[in-house]
Amino acid sequence: MDEKSISLTVNGTEQNAKAEPRMSLADFLRERLGLTGTHIGCEHGVCGACTVICDGIAVRSCLMFAVQAEKKEIKTIEGLADGDTMHPLQTLFSEQRALQCGFCTPGMLMTAVDLVDNNPSITPPEIKAGMSAVLCRCTGYEGILKAVETYAKQIRGG
Amino acid sequence: MKPAPFNYIVPTSIDEALALLEEHAPDARLLAGGQSLVPMMNFRLSRPSHLIDLNGVPELAFIHDNQDHLSIGAMTRERTIEESSLVRRYIPLLHEATQHIAHLPIRSRGTIGGSVSNADPAAEYPAALLTLKGEIVVRSKQGQRQIKASEFFKGIMETALEPNELLVEIILPKVQPSTGSAFIEIARRHGDYALAGIAAQMTLSGKTVTDLRLTACGVGPCPIRLNDAEKQIFDDGLTEDSIQSAARAAALEVDPETDLHATANYRRRLTAVLTQQALLKAKERASENS
Repeated sequence: MDEKSISLTVNGTEQNAKAEPRMSLADFLRERLGLTGTHIGCEHGVCGACTVICDGIAVRSCLMFAVQAEKKEIKTIEGLADGDTMHPLQTLFSEQRALQCGFCTPGMLMTAVDLVDNNPSITPPEIKAGMSAVLCRCTGYEGILKAVETYAKQIRGG
Repeated sequence: MKPAPFNYIVPTSIDEALALLEEHAPDARLLAGGQSLVPMMNFRLSRPSHLIDLNGVPELAFIHDNQDHLSIGAMTRERTIEESSLVRRYIPLLHEATQHIAHLPIRSRGTIGGSVSNADPAAEYPAALLTLKGEIVVRSKQGQRQIKASEFFKGIMETALEPNELLVEIILPKVQPSTGSAFIEIARRHGDYALAGIAAQMTLSGKTVTDLRLTACGVGPCPIRLNDAEKQIFDDGLTEDSIQSAARAAALEVDPETDLHATANYRRRLTAVLTQQALLKAKERASENS
């Protein structure tokens, strides 16, 4: 099957690359652009490890084809920190021991960014429901929830 | 790469999509949000020759306020529906049903047209449409027809849609005064498919139930109207006893299967309990709205 040219913006940089239509956005980011921070777990939308931000909202990059990202703005875990300065959520994940093996962490962070940045008045129960979108099999979520709740407070200026 | 190869086409209008569908059906598939189709393609359970991506058809994404009903375009995202003040105000059952659908990143892509035409037995929207007396507008190159939700869902992932037809719009009547609704479901974890779910909408006149519609999802091949349970309430009014009778009737009129998540018997029990809870919640909300 012929490859198609894809133009999109990833972490603020315009990118042009080719991919077969059946290549997922997740594979495209990793294999064509070398952005291996986006992790691939289940490849059918259940685990959330591959979550990225597409035009401001979190999506499963294993369920989008790269060709569908044409002209879209994608943000991956590589675009979260500001140079050497960690994103506040990354700092909080570190402080709260919100990761262990780290496999789910990119998906956790991108999901949390959507939840809080798009809804700063989010409540702890809403955070709990929202973060259940990503499966973690080692930390047990307590640190993750504390980190996201603290981030929401920071965003609200509390 | 997991899916089998396919030809990828992005129409920009409904007419163009219909022409492509006519040309390539039945081996073509329409891609809406892709939250069910793409997993099936990744497992190679679905191997379309052509994938017609509707994400380039802006005229399919809208929520219109039309006097006594809302019209919702097939490509309207579940997240958009969840956040819509029109939906929350005029069709609260649809708002509540949406909150049960998977997780936010799934709702960010998933669409109402995709969910309804996919017709998963555990899906929320088919049950909501049946409860709300929804109608489904479908179109092919030959013309347009409007199908009642009660005649649309035929079996497990089977609908009245013909291979050359595109679901374009869902029509849902606005809620009447003195009406309350509830959508309650039980899943193993938040966002998982429901083991059982109940949609209820009830209209009261004083203490008399003048309209009641109950539908179960996840406990049969497609959403099931709970006619016997409704009849218990119409016959005996809303009493503790009649609600118990309705719950028992509901458990008998569903058709659940045993799978690794739950036994058929457990799903019947859940149906009874959720029917009771949904009736009480709908009644409470109907009273608040009186």
